[in-house]
Amino acid sequence: MANHKNIEYVGDSRVPAKRVQNISPSYAEFPGKNEPFWPNFLLKEWMVGAVALTAFLILTVSHPSPLTDKADPTDTSFTPLPDWYFLFLYQLLKFPWASGDWVLIGIIAIPGLAFGGLLLAPFLDRGPERRASKRPVATSLMLIGIISVVYLTWAAMDEHKAHEAAKHPQGEAAAPSQPQGGEQPAADNPGAAIWQKQTNCQGCHGAEMQGGMGPALTSIGGTLSAEEIKDVIQNGRGNMPPGMFTGSDAELDQLVEYLASLK
Amino acid sequence: MLKQVYDWVDERLNITPMWRDIADHEVPEHVNPAHHFSAFVYCFGGLTFFITVIQILSGMFLTMYYVPDVINAYESVKYLQNEVAFGVIVRGMHHWGASLVIVMMFLHTLRVFFTGAYKHPRELNWVVGMLIFFVMLGLGFTGYLLPWDNTAYFATKVGVEIAATVPFIGTFIKHLLTGGEILGAQTLARFFAIHVFFLPGALLGLLGVHFVVIRRQGISGPL
Ligand code: HEM
Repeated sequence: MANHKNIEYVGDSRVPAKRVQNISPSYAEFPGKNEPFWPNFLLKEWMVGAVALTAFLILTVSHPSPLTDKADPTDTSFTPLPDWYFLFLYQLLKFPWASGDWVLIGIIAIPGLAFGGLLLAPFLDRGPERRASKRPVATSLMLIGIISVVYLTWAAMDEHKAHEAAKHPQGEAAAPSQPQGGEQPAADNPGAAIWQKQTNCQGCHGAEMQGGMGPALTSIGGTLSAEEIKDVIQNGRGNMPPGMFTGSDAELDQLVEYLASLK
Repeated sequence: MLKQVYDWVDERLNITPMWRDIADHEVPEHVNPAHHFSAFVYCFGGLTFFITVIQILSGMFLTMYYVPDVINAYESVKYLQNEVAFGVIVRGMHHWGASLVIVMMFLHTLRVFFTGAYKHPRELNWVVGMLIFFVMLGLGFTGYLLPWDNTAYFATKVGVEIAATVPFIGTFIKHLLTGGEILGAQTLARFFAIHVFFLPGALLGLLGVHFVVIRRQGISGPL
């Protein structure tokens, strides 16, 4: 115990005047190859961080994060998909014995037991033994938990993929077999030639459909159907005046078909 | 010069012991991957923290562009993603980091579990860790809604509906989260506040406790 009466302070503060030496201790005498955290250990550990950061940045640069269309509460065809680390809970609720009348099993009993067990693990598994192989009950419960979570996550993803594929039968499957994809109709489509003559349209949407006063049309087929496009051309919409198209009805149909093909 | 500044401050505030305690703690052989490669499992906690720091920094930059209201939220994210220089990287780091931090935290939890490090005398820190775990899941859930795209909207709708089926308090939880009957403007404002202020505050407090306890007790000994 320090004798408080004999401590000398800095001025009238409560900071002792006696300095602590600013040098690393040596752990050379310790059993095993111990070392101080700073600087010895951190001078090697930054490499682990650097490897992790590099992997992380490669992932980030090679995969831009996804952004679907703006939220539209009236869209009934959108299939909800929670973030992947919630999928196991989501999938659990699809089992008939964990949903409907039994939903309390799915939302309370099973997650409650699993997470409650985890939370209280130190008080449930109280023996002195630390090795996983000497704690068969704790270890096997954890392994069962991990396997179930991995399986449920996988099942949820699999179901979602199957569901999406059923929704757009030719969608993703057809795209790769058509090498040029969306660009292809541009050159040989008769609609392209008709577009070239529409100086009225080009005034607002740009000669290359890149947009200007009006929106870009380069992928308008993804947003509007052929009928909707035709309606906008004939009747106008917002700031767009009606009747700007010049040419025959047959040419109008060709242009509409061309625009609708731009996805 | 720097040393003189340091000494000047140190003489008055005695700062050396504050950081020396962290700098000088021993790193035993059995947790040092330089001596036993398999000890890399002990890095998962530190890596979780590293990614948490990245999340906080990238999140701070995101809020320089993000506008938390139903009319502008989507447009502001789209603008950041497509127009702002390096915006796609900042958003990407926060987006992928959110998954990575969960993975790392999961691996860290498994390390602690399978080395039996949650046992006496470290029970309390395990409980603190589990609380951190729930806060992290909460951050993931609330953050997912913020871009206000269809994925976000419908996933959150399902989540809120699941919460609403909880007996007795279900409707209360639903109203607490959504701020009304429907998932709309109120909901986005709440999720933003929870994601950016409430949960990070709780997380930093819990992490502080987690680290102080680790310094107090030291890392668990070899098996
Ligand atoms: C953001 C999340 C977390 C961070 C940043 C974090 C960080 C750390 C760090 C740096 C350590 C030192 C040892 C090591 O790196 O392995 C540690 C130890 C520990 N962590 Fe965490 N942790 C987190 C979440 C958790 C969770 C979810 C649990 C468990 C439920 C947990 C339980 C523990 C325990 C019991 C120790 C002491 C282990 C020992 O002494 O061997 N932590 N944590």
